Amino acid sequence: MTSIEPLLQVRALGHRFPSVRGGPWAVCDASFELFAGEVVAIVGESGSGKSTLLNAVGARLRPLAGQVLYRTAAGAWVDVHAAPERQRRELARSEWGFVEQAAADGLRLNVSAGANIGERLMGRGDRHYGRLRATAADWMQRVELDPARIDDAPRAFSGGMRQRLQIARNLVTQPRLVLMDEPTSGLDVSVQARLLDLIRHLSQRLHLCALIVTHDLGVARLLAQRTLVMHEGRIVEQGLTDRVLDDPQHPYTQLLVSSVVAP
Amino acid sequence: MSLANDVVLDVRGLHKRFTLHLRGGVELPVLHDVSLQVRRGDCVALVGPSGQGKSTLMKCLYGSYGADAGQIVFQGEGGLLDLAQASPHQMLAQRRRAIAYVSQFLRTVPRVPALDVVAERALQAHPEPADGEPDDEAQHAEALETARDAARVLLRRLNLPTALWSLPPATFSGGEQQRINIARGFVEPARLLLLDEPTASLDAANRRVVVQLIEEAKARGTAVVGIFHDEEVRDAVATRCVELGTPSDR
Repeated sequence: MTSIEPLLQVRALGHRFPSVRGGPWAVCDASFELFAGEVVAIVGESGSGKSTLLNAVGARLRPLAGQVLYRTAAGAWVDVHAAPERQRRELARSEWGFVEQAAADGLRLNVSAGANIGERLMGRGDRHYGRLRATAADWMQRVELDPARIDDAPRAFSGGMRQRLQIARNLVTQPRLVLMDEPTSGLDVSVQARLLDLIRHLSQRLHLCALIVTHDLGVARLLAQRTLVMHEGRIVEQGLTDRVLDDPQHPYTQLLVSSVVAP
Repeated sequence: MSLANDVVLDVRGLHKRFTLHLRGGVELPVLHDVSLQVRRGDCVALVGPSGQGKSTLMKCLYGSYGADAGQIVFQGEGGLLDLAQASPHQMLAQRRRAIAYVSQFLRTVPRVPALDVVAERALQAHPEPADGEPDDEAQHAEALETARDAARVLLRRLNLPTALWSLPPATFSGGEQQRINIARGFVEPARLLLLDEPTASLDAANRRVVVQLIEEAKARGTAVVGIFHDEEVRDAVATRCVELGTPSDR
């Protein structure tokens, strides 16, 4: 168990936005590892650098310092930010998924739900219309969307439905790593519960690794086996989620945990 | 590290204090030099007044609390492991099957039915598909049904009305939630079973069921550490009582 290889290694990652000259580092000296089959939460308040870290891990932003190493399905280690753009794009549409906080940012609103799900499959070279449609319908069912609405554009969907569609769109190629930025915020509590259940179920069933940014400690508690706490750009504490929440060591984590009603 | 063959857990000189940074760094010593050995089939009852660190010790054993000093040597799957030094992944691996914890509170994903809350632990205990393997629906369905069967057996023994099995436990009464927690703890035989007041909200009939379950676990060789405020239950199951001393520097 201890000898299993990680899926991803983040080493001394740092980033500062050039627009803020001489400003503070948005992310500073962040190091951690991710393993297949686990859900890891990044918690912390707004502005703590959670999303910047997630974007740098997902190669949507080139960090000023540090490395992100990813072990591909073929078993080779890739230095993500040193790799050619073509390879990064290839990873992003096959082995990785990215679920945006606002589903509208992660979907194409004017094409049908089915086409949204099928896009990644087509990017992989699948052109068989009947098969694409069947897979899309199957995934709509898996995320509890009515397959009868396969031809509807997501514009006609509610917020919770769009978020589930975005998840289906990302998971259809069975990615090994899914990054999620506040996937449940802004949704009704009942919709949130359904989404939590879905993410948990999919991570267990598909053995995928999910890195989830959330400000909601309850979400971290229910979904994540491990949690990283960010404060002013630094990971101040990381470990088992229940250990981090029940026996926090860092003053900031103690403040965070004591500030919510029932973490 | 070494342990006699039948020793499952050997706690050596365990210390635990809480540092409250929001209260000017005040320190609360809770466990002071606690040592404890538990063998296969033993049931050690932690006794003493509230505030002596009984629950704290349980949480240290489960890894929910860190230890400041001392060792928690556990004869786990794959050999000896000092739980006080274990990495998160080592701890998670032991929790999947070898260490079970019945806490006083039930926390679950809101939509999951009671039956699956219990079955989940049995399902987790069995090997997951390896990295990169395609998910096999038929195989999963079979494993899930086996796990649910095991869950049904326990929920029936614990007299949980069948009408509740398909409902999420969030709205259940305290006693019903406690029985879900108990079923979850017993559904997969563990090497080390931690019980934090497992009968606090149960009626006499269900208390007797829990006593039976503990006896069966002991007979299978499980090492049990528990807090039992109910003296009748404690007398029935405990092979030994251990009183945690007041920290001398408090």
